[in-house]
Parts: sequence; structure tokens; C-alpha cells
Amino acid sequence: MDRLVFLLGTGLARGAVLALFALALVLIWRGARVVNFAQGAMAVVSTYVAFEVTSLTGSYWLGLLAALLAGGLLGFAVERGVMRFASPASPLSGVILAIGLVMVLQSALGIVFGPDYRPMRVPFDDSAIVVGGVPLLSPYDLFVLVVAVAVMGALAVLFRWTSLGLQMRAAAFAPEVSRLLGVRVSRTVTVGWVLSSVVGSLAALLLVPTSLGLNPHATDSLFVLGFTVAVVGGLDSPVGALVGGVTVGVAMSLVTGYLGAGLVPIAVLVLLVLVLLLRPAGLFAAAEARRA
Amino acid sequence: MTGRQRLPGQRSLARTLVLAAGWTVVALGGTFALDPFRNYQLALVAAYLCATAGLTVLVGATGQLSLGHAALMAVGGYGYALTVNALPFEGLPAFVLALLAGALASAVVGLLLGLAAARLSGPYLAGLTLAVVVALPAVASTWSTVLHGDQGVHVAFQGVPDGLRRVVALEQWQAMVAVVVTAAVVTGLTVLRGGRFGLRMLAVRDDEVAARLSGIPAGRVKVLAFTASSVAAGVGGAVLCFVAQTVSPGAYTVGFSLLLVVAVVIGGLGSILGAALGSVVIVLLPWLIGRLTANLPADAAQRLDGNLAVLVFGLLLITVMAVAPHGLHGALVARRRRRSSRRPTRDGPGPTEEPAPRKVLVPTEEQR
Amino acid sequence: MSALLEVRGLTVGYGGAPVLRDVDLDVPAGSIVALVGANGAGKTTLLRTLSALVPLTRGSIRLAGQDLAGVSVEDRVRRGLAHVPEGRGVVAELTVDENLRLGGLWRGPDRRAAVAEVYELFEPLARRRDNPGHQLSGGERQMLSLGRALVARPTVLLLDEPSLGLAPRVVAQIMGVLRSLADRTGLTVLLAEQNVVGALSVADHGVVLGLGEVVASRPAHELAADDSLRHAYLGF
Repeated sequence: MDRLVFLLGTGLARGAVLALFALALVLIWRGARVVNFAQGAMAVVSTYVAFEVTSLTGSYWLGLLAALLAGGLLGFAVERGVMRFASPASPLSGVILAIGLVMVLQSALGIVFGPDYRPMRVPFDDSAIVVGGVPLLSPYDLFVLVVAVAVMGALAVLFRWTSLGLQMRAAAFAPEVSRLLGVRVSRTVTVGWVLSSVVGSLAALLLVPTSLGLNPHATDSLFVLGFTVAVVGGLDSPVGALVGGVTVGVAMSLVTGYLGAGLVPIAVLVLLVLVLLLRPAGLFAAAEARRA
Repeated sequence: MTGRQRLPGQRSLARTLVLAAGWTVVALGGTFALDPFRNYQLALVAAYLCATAGLTVLVGATGQLSLGHAALMAVGGYGYALTVNALPFEGLPAFVLALLAGALASAVVGLLLGLAAARLSGPYLAGLTLAVVVALPAVASTWSTVLHGDQGVHVAFQGVPDGLRRVVALEQWQAMVAVVVTAAVVTGLTVLRGGRFGLRMLAVRDDEVAARLSGIPAGRVKVLAFTASSVAAGVGGAVLCFVAQTVSPGAYTVGFSLLLVVAVVIGGLGSILGAALGSVVIVLLPWLIGRLTANLPADAAQRLDGNLAVLVFGLLLITVMAVAPHGLHGALVARRRRRSSRRPTRDGPGPTEEPAPRKVLVPTEEQR
Repeated sequence: MSALLEVRGLTVGYGGAPVLRDVDLDVPAGSIVALVGANGAGKTTLLRTLSALVPLTRGSIRLAGQDLAGVSVEDRVRRGLAHVPEGRGVVAELTVDENLRLGGLWRGPDRRAAVAEVYELFEPLARRRDNPGHQLSGGERQMLSLGRALVARPTVLLLDEPSLGLAPRVVAQIMGVLRSLADRTGLTVLLAEQNVVGALSVADHGVVLGLGEVVASRPAHELAADDSLRHAYLGF
């Protein structure tokens, strides 16, 4: 029983990270109709920035800040420098450009930093907080949860109540009409990429310390999990990303705890196949009513 | 005009077969001119070509991308290896039977994946197939009693048949087998694409709703296209297993899967000739780069090993997409066009036999 | 005095054959000009070219004396040229209120007043301000897209087929609103319509487009009375 509670707690924290990463995918999908297959690779670049800054300054927080800045810059550079070449007539060209980017970023990291796993440390105790004799989750997990919830809250405020958020939503749903109303759509698309890259970087930054360590391929499985979450929740739905993230996070934590970590990729695959077979639009898609 | 009407780029069955036979004979003859290492590389190109031809037909005809063709190759490889090891006899019958088993295995997996994602449009197939490659090592170690985890499955050495041993070296024999099998696969794909099914795939790609309204079962067409594509990849994996005498998850990584995508993109999406050129590039370029970096100090060489080739391929992919989305094949056709338009022709404007893939990628789905 | 919106020698061609050829058009301040013609005559293309959604091959567009060459789609509305596109362009995923706010995001503080005016003008919208666009009826959508354009306080309003698919009563209501806006506030309107009778009944001036060329440009009541023109180009 204690074990179950602990696994649920850990799963919740892991799910919050997955939700953040999926949210980053959803942001770009809504804004540019591209699934950013390079999001994992972009996030791992930011994580290397954090690692290097933290090693130089000794401060985890400076590393975090630097990584978020790097993530934003990378998002800007990728959108202006690479994704602009994507042909609006073909969704595949965006995917292929993103794949090219994955190859470039990961191999460049491999050349600069080598293939070794570097452990990432965080200024938190990793023993579980015990409440009433039951171990719940570690202080770091708690930190992850708080950060994730805060970021999602901030994004919700941005999209719901600010003028920029309104413009971004309008531009995503109806680019041409938005331009006629004076919305600078190419600018909102860039903002979307920057925002998404920052959020994706943050997710990787929170996750890598709990995994094997930092390596150019450290986010490969995060990407697959994040994609699964986005599909489970519906690629169009931020709320779906949140609920899907927690669902997948808890499910994977239970699989890890009871069946072994080795089975996680298979469980992800099974989940993805089942969702695609049974609810292809995602479990939380509000879009169906609109398409009818 | 006799026979039914064809779209430009479609060939008659007879012409396809003659062409295929011609190419096969040329390639088989070529094996005599190559040294053992080159023949080994030729066998690799042939095995990769099965997978890239399958991939390029999938992309060109349905507008969907698979990032998991390496995993489908692995499925074919395991199917081949397990069957060959289980059979009580050896030689050609065992090879053919095991090849068919590999094809069957990849067909089953392909059908399942196709049912799950190929019916949908958009990025779902790409994401799902990526998840498949990522899960491959886990699958191999979870069922390690059969698949032997990271070690993989080894197969017994299949030598050159007695009658040919004097004339043909092992590598050449392997290359010849690979060429023959690949020729069969590529011919099959070409016939499939040139026939009625090919027209249906194009109709579904260009306008799915219109295709449905004209009575084409769009979902089934997409699923079948993906299944055919994965059979091609599976046969490629079987051939690779025959050549390497082993199949293991370490050979079929995400990186290798992306390399197959690189091959079809730089060759020109939708073009089988392009897939062949692309396969040559992905075999030769890493080897060339390896030769160039071999003289560097050990530390640098170790870091550049593999990575440099991937870097070059990544840049190539982005450049091709940005500058020449129709790839090598498109560039060739454009040159041929330009040349022929300079010289006046008697029978109309330019050759019509092999047009550049016009609109290879499906149109974006607008919101409304 | 020259017209508020002045189009000279406008030629547009997608690839080969021009869709519009040497179109001259004047929309004087405070007037309603009806742009009529059969389906495919080039009305929508003309409006889209005025908004820079379609590039022009030759010719000039002047708004209040200023040449619009090189001014982007987004900046034309800031210069006072609002465009209600074909099919109304209501963003179905956003609420009525959000759609209206979107109309004047770049305007600064006075957009609140502008939104409030629209709710006064179209009462049904005020009742549905928190409903998403896809829940609105056709008439409500038309009110919303028109209102949203008015939030920008445009000097010239381009309207593409506002009556399409609406009941005659709703069409009459919308045409009435246009006329009263023109009379009361001096709004200038270029109204592209297939509903020739409705359009000419509120317009001051009529321009007939046939296969990409202006075939007639006369006071609206004269056009409405010209039988031969009606038969030849307007099909009724």
C-alpha cells in the first residue's frame, strides 16, 4: 500500500513534467500545424547549457535561468532559420525539417560533449517526505509539481486573459482572418515557438536529474512519452495535455514500480496503439463538435 | 491507343518487368567487377533499398511518413533468423522460406500499426512508428528467451552453393542474392504503384474527401499502402540478416531509421530511383567520412565517429528540404527537361515518361 | 476632390490569364458603392487585392490620397481599410466577445467603447457575448463579422457577400444598418454582392464587373433600371 502511494506521488510529478512537454508540442501544433519532432533535441541543448553554467558558477538556479534563456533563443532561431522553409502546402516538410534538426543538434552535442552520461545534481534532498508513516514523494518531486503547476497557470492566464494570448489563439485557428484584423501572424507564430521551446526546455531540465543523466539522446524517450501524452489528450487541447500527462505519468510510474522500468517503452507503445485505434482524436478532444 | 489510359509516370506491366530484368542483369554483372568490400557495400545498398523503396512509395503515394522503418526491418530480420534457425534443412529452400516468414512477420506488424495510425492523416503515423523504434530494445530484452536481448539472434553461416564456389566469392554471392531479392521487391512496389491500387493511393493523397466520395475506401487504401511498405522493409531486414548473419536491436536504432528518411528525402520523395540513389549515399557517405577522420587523434576520432556523418546528413536534409524539395531525382528530371526543351522535339514538349513527383506531399488540412 | 478609395488600372493574374484587367474604381467618402457581377467575375479577388491578400500585377490603390503599395495586410487595417471576408470569417473557437476584441486589439484603450457601440448596434450579440462563434446563427455571424470590422473604426469597409445564405429579412436588416452607418457616421463601404437588387437598393453607386473588367459604373438607381445590362451581366 505504501508502495502504491509512493508510486502515485512519483507518477504525479513525472506526469507534470510530461504534461509540460506535451503542452509545448500542443503550443506549436496549434500555432503552426507542425508536430515539432525536434523538441526533445532542442530541450537537450538547453539542458546542456544548464549543466555547463551550473558547473561554472556552482549555482543550480543560474543554470536553470540560462537554460530557459537558451531555450527561448533556440526557439526563435529554429523558427526563423529552419522552419520558415517548411512549405505551407505540406505538413510533411515541417516534420522532415525537424528531423534534420534533431540530427544536427544531437550529433553536434555528441561531437562537443561526447557520448558519456553526465549526472545532473539538484539542490534537493531525494529521500521521500513521510506523511503519517507513509512515504509520499521527494522534495524534488514536490518542487517539480509546484513549478509545473505554476507554469501551466501562467500559460492559462496568458492565453485566456491577455491580448497577446488572444492574438495567438486567433492566429492559430484562423490565420488569414487574423491578418485582416491586424494581427501580425508571423510574429505570433514566432512567439509560439519561443514559448514552446522554453516550456519544453524546462520539462527536460526537470526530468533529466531523475533519469540516467545527461547525454545527447537523454530526451529521446521524453519526446516519445510527450508525443503519446499529446495524442492521448488530443494534439489541439492544452487541457488534454495536462490530463493526459498525469494519466500517462502515473501509468508509467506504476509500470516501472510493479513490472520494471524496461517495460515502459512497450507500455507506451501499447497505450499509443490503443488510443489511436479507439479514440483517434484523443480522449479529450473538443474539436470534433467543431468539425461536424 | 490500346490498353487502358495511364497517368504520366505510369508504365505498362510489360515495360516494368523488362526494365526490372535489365537493371537486375546489370547489377548482377556489376558484382563481377567489384572487390569483396564493394560487393559487401552493394549488398547493404540493396538491403537498404528494399526499405527506402517501401518508404518512398508510402510517402509519395499516401503523403504519410514513417520514422520506424528500421524497426520493421528488424521485424523482418528476426522473422528470417528465427525461421532459418528452426528449419531442419538448409540451402535455398530454407532461405526462401525464412525470407517469406520475415515478410509475413513485418506484414502482420505493419498491418497492426497501419490500422492504428495510417487511417488518420497528419503526424500520427510518424509518431507511432517512432515509438516502435524506441521500444525495440525493450521488446528484445523483455522476450529475451526468444530474441536474446541486446545480443540479438545469430544465424548459421550460409556459404556459396557448391557449383558456384569456384567462380564467386562469398561477398559477391551475398551481393547477388541481395540484388535478386531487392529487384523482386522493387518490381513488386512498382507494379503496385502503377496499377489500379496506385491510382487509388494518389486519389487519397490528393483529396481524401473527394476520394471517399468517389467510392474509394480511403482508410483501407492507406492501411494497405503501409502494410506493403512494411513488407518491403521487412524483406530488406531479412536480406541484411542474411548478409550480416545476425540481427540485434543495436543495428536498428532511431538513428538508422532517420537515415532511411534521409535517403528517401535526398533521393526525392516518391521516386524509387531516388531511393536507390539515396541508399547509395547513406552507405557511402559514412564510410567516406570514416576514412577521412581515421587519421585524427583517438579522442577526436571517437567523438566524430558516427556523429560527423549524422551532422552532415542532418544539414543535407534541411538543405534539400529548403532548396530542392524534390531531391536528387527531381533535380535530374529538371535538368533533363531543360536540356530537352532547348532542343526542339518532334513529338510534343519534353519527355513524359518520368515526371518529377509533382505534389509529393499532401495538402495541409485547413481548419475550415 | 478625389475619392477616399481610388483604384487605377488594377491588373491581377494568377499565372497566365489575368483575373482582373485594368480595373478603375472610385469610392467617395461617406458613400456605399456596390460591386456586382456574376459568380467568378472577380469581385472577391478585387477585394482580396485591396487588402493585399492577393498580389497585384499592375495598377495602384490609394486610400485617402496615400498609395498603399508595399503596405502589408496587417497594416492596411491600421490605415483604415477593414475587410469582412467571404464566408464572414468568424473565428469559431473564440467567443463573441473575444472576436470583437480581436477587431481592435491594436487600437489601444478606446476599443472598449468601440466594442460597447457594437453591442448597442447589434443587440443579439450582447446576449451571446460569451458563446463561442460556432454556436451562432448565420445572421448573428454576419452581425459579428460586421461589428468586429467596425471595432477597428475603419474609414473604408470592404464587405464580401454579406447576404450569402441569409434570410431576406436578415439581409434587409444588415443593409439597413449599412445605410444608416453611412448616413450617420460617414462610413464608406465597398459592397461586393451577388444579391444585386439588395445591394443596389442601399448603394449610391454601382460598378458592374464582368470577367475581370469593369463593364459599367453608374449611379445605383440607373443601373437597377438598365434592363439590357441586367440581362447581359447580372442574369436576372
